Amino acid sequence: MTQSVVVQVGQCGNQVGCRFWDLALREHAAVNKKGIYDEALSSFFRNVDTRSGDNGPDIYKGKICSLKARALLIDMEEGVVNEILQGPLRDVFDSKQLITDVSGSGNNWAVGHKIYGCQYRENIVEKLRKTAEHCDCLQCFFIIHSMGGGTGSGLGTFVLNLLEEEFPEVYRFVTSVYPSGEDDVITSPYNSVLAMKELNEHADCVLPIENESLFEPVNKIHQMINSGKLGSTVKQNSLVTSSAGGAKTLQEKPFDAMNNIVANLLLNLTSSARFEGSLNMDLNEISMNLVPFPRLHYLVSSLTPLYTLADVNVPSRRLDQMFSDAFSRDHQLIQADPKHSLYLACALLVRGNVQVSDLRRNIERLKPSLHFVSWNQEGWKTGLCSVPPVGHSHSLLALANNTCVKPTFIELKDRFMKLYKKKAHLHHYLQIDGMEQSCFSEAISSLSDLIEEYNELDATKGGPRIDPSRLKIAV
Amino acid sequence: MSIVTVQLGQCGNQIGHEVFSALCSDIRGTHGLCSKKENESYQESCMERFFCEEESGVPVARAVLVDMEPKVISQTLSMAARSGHWKYNSHSHFCQKQGSGNNWANGYSVHGPRHKEAIMDLVQKEAEKCNRLGGFLTIMSMAGGTGSGLGAFVTQSLRDAFPTSFLLNHVVWPYGTGEVIVQNYNSVLTLSHLYHSSDALLVHENDVIHKICAQLMNIKQISFRDVNQVIAHQLGSVFQPTHTAGGGSGYSRNPLGDLLEPLVPHPEFRMLGLRNIPQMAESSLAYSAFSWPGLIKHLRQILIANAQMEEGIDWQVRPPHPGSSISSTNKPLHFNTSIANLVILRGKDVHSVDLGSFQDPSLYTSWLNPQDAFNAWKTPRAFNKYEKSASLVSNSQFLLKPLDSIVGKAWNMFASKAYLHQYTKFGIQEEDFLDCFTTLEQVISSYTNL
Repeated sequence: MTQSVVVQVGQCGNQVGCRFWDLALREHAAVNKKGIYDEALSSFFRNVDTRSGDNGPDIYKGKICSLKARALLIDMEEGVVNEILQGPLRDVFDSKQLITDVSGSGNNWAVGHKIYGCQYRENIVEKLRKTAEHCDCLQCFFIIHSMGGGTGSGLGTFVLNLLEEEFPEVYRFVTSVYPSGEDDVITSPYNSVLAMKELNEHADCVLPIENESLFEPVNKIHQMINSGKLGSTVKQNSLVTSSAGGAKTLQEKPFDAMNNIVANLLLNLTSSARFEGSLNMDLNEISMNLVPFPRLHYLVSSLTPLYTLADVNVPSRRLDQMFSDAFSRDHQLIQADPKHSLYLACALLVRGNVQVSDLRRNIERLKPSLHFVSWNQEGWKTGLCSVPPVGHSHSLLALANNTCVKPTFIELKDRFMKLYKKKAHLHHYLQIDGMEQSCFSEAISSLSDLIEEYNELDATKGGPRIDPSRLKIAV
Repeated sequence: MSIVTVQLGQCGNQIGHEVFSALCSDIRGTHGLCSKKENESYQESCMERFFCEEESGVPVARAVLVDMEPKVISQTLSMAARSGHWKYNSHSHFCQKQGSGNNWANGYSVHGPRHKEAIMDLVQKEAEKCNRLGGFLTIMSMAGGTGSGLGAFVTQSLRDAFPTSFLLNHVVWPYGTGEVIVQNYNSVLTLSHLYHSSDALLVHENDVIHKICAQLMNIKQISFRDVNQVIAHQLGSVFQPTHTAGGGSGYSRNPLGDLLEPLVPHPEFRMLGLRNIPQMAESSLAYSAFSWPGLIKHLRQILIANAQMEEGIDWQVRPPHPGSSISSTNKPLHFNTSIANLVILRGKDVHSVDLGSFQDPSLYTSWLNPQDAFNAWKTPRAFNKYEKSASLVSNSQFLLKPLDSIVGKAWNMFASKAYLHQYTKFGIQEEDFLDCFTTLEQVISSYTNL
């Protein structure tokens, strides 16, 4: 069994990360009734013997003593991390996994990347090495951050670079929260585009997330609960937005519900690597199947269902509805409509009591309404994991490599150019040691190239399908 | 003679487990419908072939389990042990942690060389436990990374280490509509490599078995377990003991040799298809009665019409008229030409069955005498609760269309260079792909021109 390490950078990264660890514990607690430290747990948690204090040795088998998250928490302000350390998760992290500073990055990518990067480089490398040493077989780093700010964006991508240099064999999956159009950080386009260049070059897979896409489902769920229409028939802890038991809805912080969705995304992504199933789908398989060309590694994700009704019998049309929803516009985690764009590849990871025939039936049903690129007409990667998420009998995670990410990138580019043409706020960046005009021009050029690659693929959509002629053999 | 089975990857291990379960449950059953002496002889022969006796009395499967990640092997070992009726040797398995990521190149170029010694060591130990080694059976899929890539490497290593032993690869072909996106690349790489080291490839296609589950077995929510159990039944129907034609009174002592020598007369033609009838839900077995003439008639038409199962057979297809020299372009459409066939009959009144229709020269190419091109094995001992059961192992054009389809899709993807960087980073270059395509186009051409 392999292990993964989560690196959460910046305010957004740490808030999402916090939700992830909370839900991961809940999920494992539901499955692991006997309290034995098993392989599934070891993928994200260490089992530490704390009798001799915090520096106790790792226990690899037997009863759970003290679980520690395989994580690195990085923030250049103390507020968020301190809150985590005072909250219910304080025992899951130890002080050696934290890197904090006081003054923050001022929403400036250059401060995060160049100044703090340089300053904390050795510290970060040392802590990463320590975390890696505790792993028997480290397979993947998950980075969680936002693109629009300074720390998550700048220092986060600095860490991404570091990971490639220090651990080239380990996969780098990045969950990036992209800024919305009405973002209150004026320089978010700069920060995002500068970060994009790093993601283009150093990430294996990127899962872009947009706040608006998280906001809608959360709203819908609140409306449903408050209107009392479905009220008591919705299983409370089945909400994809709900936190572990204990925390009442009123006391949850405003972004908690949205962050829970992202946390669930990560849990579902790794479920097949942690639990058994009739068709396993490991993280290296996700990268292998969904990335046909090295730079086209942006995956649009959708999670269904968002909640379960209390009735336990699941007629198969409910199951089929789950598949249909996964392809609908309002279930995607970015503002995109994959149905009307071009699929390069698609992965479906199903959890729960779903069999291969259900999977195939739905693929057959949905295929005609989807456009796949000519050289990958049957581009489906599927996985079946027997263990469903908490509160559900089954769930589906769809990951699509689809040209519908293009509008997000084009908008980002437009917002960037609006500022850049006027050289607005540029001096905040250029005055930083190591930053030059060329950093900006290279970054925007990298983004333009990426958009162009998607354009070329889109151009093939709907065109006549000419299969290349086969090799001829002399008879 | 004993057969050592090597189970490779998730599919190989899941199927392998169902196979040994089916074999064991068959010999323990009381439905033999034959004399006690016959039954005992059958049980002994099966035990010698597939199991080892241990002090505890629980038969131990002659198998080596290989996978690059631990979950499936651990499940397989514990399921077998839980049955109480048979188990695997607790040391005969090899696994790693990371898996192969559906990457053939990773399985072949990285895992293969790295773990060759450890794996071959386990195989050697199993081989030494056999009084007489009858050969190797590998079970693998070709869509993923371990079964396919590492499987191809292990097959090569087996060939190198045991150059005179029989080597049969049981290969599972994936559903046409994706289980794995790069499945066609992995398939092309696997098939072309196996062609160079293996004696023959015995193929099962997921699509076909799925249809059997849906239409004949009436299973509503088909799982991989259901598919694997049908595959195990079909394999059992081939490998359980039988009397061969000239073999005297005992059960055949050379199952793989007896299978491979007549069926693979020419090295260019190694693809074997498998059909088994009747196939139905266990609950219907008690209410069904079959006659041998009926079964033989159906099986023959399945062969010549290239049908996948006993429903939906095209009865219009007829063999070409004998005696006229026919080029392949003049042959009747959809007619499936055979090089060689093997029919295996199990059950009541087997001695009275007339198989003359299978010896019709018009079914075959002209290279072999019809009496050499067709072989039959029989046993009065019924198999797996079927009162009568007939299997066909055929070296014919059964697999031509599916093979052509896989190569076509892979070529289409290759022309766009998609995913190639995933293979080149592990040392499989474009030229290697081209070599594999060439090998398979050659095979396709050969089978087309029968």
